[in-house]
Amino acid sequence: MVMRGNTSPHARSRTPCVTGEAVGPGAVPITLEVNGILRALPVCPGATLAEVLRDQLQLTGTKIACDRGACSACTVRLNGTPVCSCMVLAIEVNGAKIDTIEGVAGETLHPVQAAFLEHDAIQCGFCTPGLIMSCVALLESTPHPSEEEVKAALGGHLCRCGTYPHVIAAVLHAAQTSKRRP
Amino acid sequence: MHAFEWMSPQGIESAARAATTTVAAAMVSERGEPDDEAALLKAGGIDLLDLMKEGLLRPRRLINLRDIAGLERIEEVDGGLRIGPNVTLSQLAAHEQVRMRFRALAEAAGTSASPQIRHLATLGGNLLQRPRCWYLRSRAHHCTRKGGDTCFAFDGENQYHAIFDHKGCAIVHPSTCATALVAFDARLEITGPAGTRRGVSVEDFFLLPEADVHRENTLAAGEIVTAIWLPAPPETARSLHVKHCQTESFDWPLADAAVMLEVADGICRKAAIVLGAAAPAPHRARAAEAALTGQRLGEALIRTAARAALQGAAPLSKNGYKLVIFETLVRRALLAAAAS
Repeated sequence: MVMRGNTSPHARSRTPCVTGEAVGPGAVPITLEVNGILRALPVCPGATLAEVLRDQLQLTGTKIACDRGACSACTVRLNGTPVCSCMVLAIEVNGAKIDTIEGVAGETLHPVQAAFLEHDAIQCGFCTPGLIMSCVALLESTPHPSEEEVKAALGGHLCRCGTYPHVIAAVLHAAQTSKRRP
Repeated sequence: MHAFEWMSPQGIESAARAATTTVAAAMVSERGEPDDEAALLKAGGIDLLDLMKEGLLRPRRLINLRDIAGLERIEEVDGGLRIGPNVTLSQLAAHEQVRMRFRALAEAAGTSASPQIRHLATLGGNLLQRPRCWYLRSRAHHCTRKGGDTCFAFDGENQYHAIFDHKGCAIVHPSTCATALVAFDARLEITGPAGTRRGVSVEDFFLLPEADVHRENTLAAGEIVTAIWLPAPPETARSLHVKHCQTESFDWPLADAAVMLEVADGICRKAAIVLGAAAPAPHRARAAEAALTGQRLGEALIRTAARAALQGAAPLSKNGYKLVIFETLVRRALLAAAAS
């Protein structure tokens, strides 16, 4: 009997060289579905997803701070799951669906973004895009989280301005005001 | 990061054949220069990328294990579980059977690192991650573990280092999942380049510095951990994992402990007590286990056992504080397990 927990965010990704032949160190063509748009681009095996988003796709909303998976400023969603994009190689997520801060707002701000403004949950703002990606993912999986659940979901984020209490208040507020999802 | 080649085979044997060395061996050198010809295996890549970004590894090629089908499954076999090495820490922590029957492992996996990292990091990689010792992770320190002749921790900043078994090197093993797995008598299936398989208990897989100061485990070049086996626990087994960190959010612990008790009619039939962040390998507190086995569980006995867990400890200049934390953690874990 095969049992699975939640699936790995890599489940839908395949690297472009599953034939077993070595590629690189020069650029290798891959495709990514970034904020709903299919993008074909060449990436070097050593390029992280964060670097590719910022330097090749000019999506500079995703921030790189520690570059070691220790601050979560670079959080994006990989096939829906929040991950540190600095610790993912772009080549290994060929074909994946990537959501970044640039795709969060529609015609108007996302309720989480609006709540951040309302609750003054931003000071310098460097950690904010990553925090918002985690908060949006949390409210999709857990529309009405407890304060403990919010703290657990945000446990990886470092904010050196110390906006945490405002961020937690903003998420709880966004959860209260948003319609209960089916 | 430096430029490197990429390979993503679909079979275990082709991946094993493509690997030239292990991460540990690629970091050993005479003068502190990592092996720049190495072809290294990569699963989640969390520790590997960290070491590469720090310039402690400079592989010519990475061999991706994540496209190999079947390594991301958890299967029930003979009442126990066979866990694929590519199972992420998130999957492990959320898995119903793991949570119900191997609670200590679900707790260890679910409190490792941050949510974002747990979604990427694999159980295999967690067991094989290199120690967090800041001298090992500093390019400026050519320490014993990297082929030098000095363990800088003995006369240096050793507040996070070992209190047991630190002959020649004072690292602590960083995997809290390993702490839990040893408590369950888990075994590893390891596959070599020719497809040959060997089995080893998790306890025997990890090495102390006196056995080999350059590596933390018995994995050889071209070998891949292909399964983690958890034997069926008895009906009366109860387990938990506890840890104490410097911060409330994610970090490697100052101290962690896994306990597994088999209790019938209030009598402890079997006890496994394992300390993490205490020694260069998961440390089995045998004196504490012996103190409980065959005895009626009670608070006084548990206090005695918790003290016995520190038998043989030899703290360094700055880590004596760990003794108090470990005794408290073991006592709390045993009291909670006995009451559950």
